[in-house]
Amino acid sequence: MSDIIVDVKGLSKHYGKHQVLKDVSFQCKGGEIIGLLGPNGSGKTTLIKIISGLITAYEGEVAICGERIGAASKNMVSYLPDEPPFAAWMKVKDVINLYLEMYADFDLERCLSMLKRFQIDASSRIKTMSKGTREKFTLAMVMARHARLLVLDEPIGGVDPAAREVILDMILHNYQSDQTLLIATHLIADIERIFDSVLFIKEGEIIVNGNVEELRSQTQKSMDELFKDKFRYHPF
Amino acid sequence: MVFDANTPIYLQIMDDFKKRMIKGEWDATAKIASVRELAVDYGVNPNTIQRALSELEREGLVYSERTSGRYVSKDVQRMMQLKEDYANDALDHCIEVLQELNYDKDTMLAKMEERLKHE
Repeated sequence: MSDIIVDVKGLSKHYGKHQVLKDVSFQCKGGEIIGLLGPNGSGKTTLIKIISGLITAYEGEVAICGERIGAASKNMVSYLPDEPPFAAWMKVKDVINLYLEMYADFDLERCLSMLKRFQIDASSRIKTMSKGTREKFTLAMVMARHARLLVLDEPIGGVDPAAREVILDMILHNYQSDQTLLIATHLIADIERIFDSVLFIKEGEIIVNGNVEELRSQTQKSMDELFKDKFRYHPF
Repeated sequence: MVFDANTPIYLQIMDDFKKRMIKGEWDATAKIASVRELAVDYGVNPNTIQRALSELEREGLVYSERTSGRYVSKDVQRMMQLKEDYANDALDHCIEVLQELNYDKDTMLAKMEERLKHE
């Protein structure tokens, strides 16, 4: 399966004088798990929001499965944001009903199976969930959709190591080979073993783009180490 | 399994698969679990498992039946050879270390006997 799911050409974005993305170009192949790695403020989230169809003002070309960014492309993308997107008063079953209504590709059975594995009860309220549980819950909702492209923004951020393992396990367990996963994170050591390829983004530019095993072989470094090399801060 | 992420993971997984064959965990002609199951087990990308298994196929340690999946090779000699190779590598490494400590051949053999009595 090697069709192009995400095709980005010469993407630039600025907010006033601040250039957030500078001439970004890359492609994501179908069936791959791709890591978008960069520090906070590197343009990661802006890039993800553009791909997910949440930001529509930019220069350059972005296409999802050949479709330019718009309502159709948005439908093909299941997006897990950094901040929990559900209203705190909602119960799990409220969110499930919402998703059933909103998304034709929502798989209820898959969702319930994941919630069961995460030990999340249908009558729990969002506001009483711990951060870790909220992360797991949001992930289950996002992965229950049969979307061509899953975009996860920091799925393991701010979560204890045991919960991280459970989340990564769930990602691997539910990953379908006809789906593409784009995962943005700065917590690399835990997650690098699941990536096919990585994109390093620094101050709005892509500085590394390649297959992870090849990079390991060429540089004799883990992605975590390579990241530290490329993003080392030299204060003196 | 704990990985050293500084070198390709698929190579380390291949090693682990070989160990399992040598130890008899994966018996000759035994059916190998699916790529997905192994990916979840090892906590790695399914393509990494796929690559490891393909390489083992190339090496003649694994074969695939088109419809039913992958199996450990029935070639007993091949398996014995694998075990031999593994043992030889371990011994070569041991000899190298002892040589660095300037042990001569006789002392090495004596040491080996001593340690075996310890077991």
